[in-house]
Amino acid sequence: MTASAPVTERPASKPKKQQRFDEGTGRLAAVLLSPTLLVLGVVVLFPIISALRESLFQSGQRLDENGFIVKGSTFVGLDNYLDIFRGETGDRFWNAFYNTTFFTVVCVVLETVLGVAMALIMAKAFKGRGIVRASILVPWAIPTVISALLWKWIFQADGIANTLIGTQVLWSTEGWQSKLSVVVADTWKTAPFIGLLVLAGLQTIPAEVYEAAKVDGANAWKTFTRITLPLVKPALLVAVLFRILDTLRIFDLPFVLVGQHKNSVETLSMLAYDEASNVRFGPAAAYATVLFIYVAVVAYLFVKILGADVIGEARVKKPGGGNGKRWRKKNAVQDTTNASVGAVASGGGGF
Amino acid sequence: MATATAPAGGGKLKTAETSALRRYAPLIGVVVIVLYCLAPFYWMMVSAFRRPSDQFSNDIIPAPFSFQNFKDVFAGSNGFARGLLNSLIVAGTVTILTLIIGMVAAYTLARLDFKFKNVVLAIIITTSMFPGISLVVPLLKLFVDIKWINTYQAMIVPSLSFALPLAVWNLTSFFRQMPQELEQAAMVDGCTPAQAFRKVIIPLAAPGVFTTAIITFIAAWNEFLIALSMTNKKSIQTANVIVSQFTGTTGRDQPFGSQMAAGVVVTIPLVIAVLLFQRRIVAGLTAGGVK
Repeated sequence: MTASAPVTERPASKPKKQQRFDEGTGRLAAVLLSPTLLVLGVVVLFPIISALRESLFQSGQRLDENGFIVKGSTFVGLDNYLDIFRGETGDRFWNAFYNTTFFTVVCVVLETVLGVAMALIMAKAFKGRGIVRASILVPWAIPTVISALLWKWIFQADGIANTLIGTQVLWSTEGWQSKLSVVVADTWKTAPFIGLLVLAGLQTIPAEVYEAAKVDGANAWKTFTRITLPLVKPALLVAVLFRILDTLRIFDLPFVLVGQHKNSVETLSMLAYDEASNVRFGPAAAYATVLFIYVAVVAYLFVKILGADVIGEARVKKPGGGNGKRWRKKNAVQDTTNASVGAVASGGGGF
Repeated sequence: MATATAPAGGGKLKTAETSALRRYAPLIGVVVIVLYCLAPFYWMMVSAFRRPSDQFSNDIIPAPFSFQNFKDVFAGSNGFARGLLNSLIVAGTVTILTLIIGMVAAYTLARLDFKFKNVVLAIIITTSMFPGISLVVPLLKLFVDIKWINTYQAMIVPSLSFALPLAVWNLTSFFRQMPQELEQAAMVDGCTPAQAFRKVIIPLAAPGVFTTAIITFIAAWNEFLIALSMTNKKSIQTANVIVSQFTGTTGRDQPFGSQMAAGVVVTIPLVIAVLLFQRRIVAGLTAGGVK
């Protein structure tokens, strides 16, 4: 997001003004944090900016109006962006945009529902907890590429899926079936993970609360909607946010499970990768930037719309933390993240 | 299990039966969850241990048990063994670098009180949300220019973009859970803050650091997009990339048997690590259960 721009200067720039009792702390913190911020600046900030610049150029060979071959990159302004939205590339882009959004919505909804259900079961179960916990980590630990191959094998024309449900679906061909296969594979891999995180949230709810509800005569459904859900909400929201951001950049699974150049499953990441691997860096950077903006907007809206609640619950401790409205919201997310689900970020397995 | 004994003892009253149902419902749920998680994995194992000629058999147990698929996987032309080594080099280096850099940052964030602390934390977590492809495209162009394509560093450096925030977050929450009195006591005894960190905190934080190492390693080991984009030579590609590009011996058909065998080889170390350290990994992932 935009606030990430002045990454490296920020901790060092202001502490002087501040004159606190421990004046050296700010400087010490800046020194200690500088390696991390420097690395992130190089591998995150620099690429983002350079993608922006790159997206305004066109590289590779072209013919100029006299029929001569022109090499090297030329400045083309916003052409790369305009090209995204029009003509044939426009169709391809909107298709990829739709697919990305479709996967995100469907997968995250399914995973959340299944994950919460799993967590509720696990919280109730006293026997076999160790086995469940171990088995739930197995889908998480399997590399996405391997699980994509595994599901490709399961969804073979004469594979086990067709045998079990008694159909002859050609899963890897264009159409709803290949979309479905991606959704199934993604849900299998990450629903247990959400379950694990929600379970951790559930276990922080004191038993007295449930006892009180029981005394008051609440039934199971009421207890769930009025007690369990509100109390795990902060943990759940953050887990869902990270899952959303993770699915928006989905690449490995459709790439390996179904393949490249398939309209039904081509996502924005795959589109950008395809352009980049054909050495069309300009359009690739434009796609990457569009995806980046899309992710940022979704994250912003998610935090903004659901943020009010989060702030109310988590923002009591540090009133002086940030000095802007936006920062406060970010801090709110970060606070709950910290409290509950630190590692969701790449827990699902990188990108 | 106690499943067999309980109904025999609890048959006295009518209510005992309903409560038995109530008691075993979660157990059934547990069985369903375990099946859900493990069945596809089991299918991968079974398929890997079939003879290549039985590849399309749908028996639950591989009838003649065979290691042929594994032999095929490690056949010279695949370069799979080399791929495993490459994966190990890349993921291992990423893990070590991340821990060294991240530990200092995490300790600072957990202990020092300075302005913009929350902003820094927010920035670090935000960077991990960026889509990988928006980082890969420009870095790819850069690496082409500086001739880094087909080198380890071309895979290691971009991997830090997701590994470092992950590690910093994990470690920060671990450090926060350690009582501050530890360093205070050390400093009362005459340690400088740096000494307190080195001599008191690091040894005590070892479990947390270890957990973070496992989680980071798994994330780096599973990475695909970067490894795919930055390499085009087999000798440098990671196992994930090589497995995804296995070609069949006969034209178009996919060598699923050897792919499943390769999958087993790539996955089994992770699964064993997960089984051995499940408590710690769960604690690390949920960052709340460390004693």
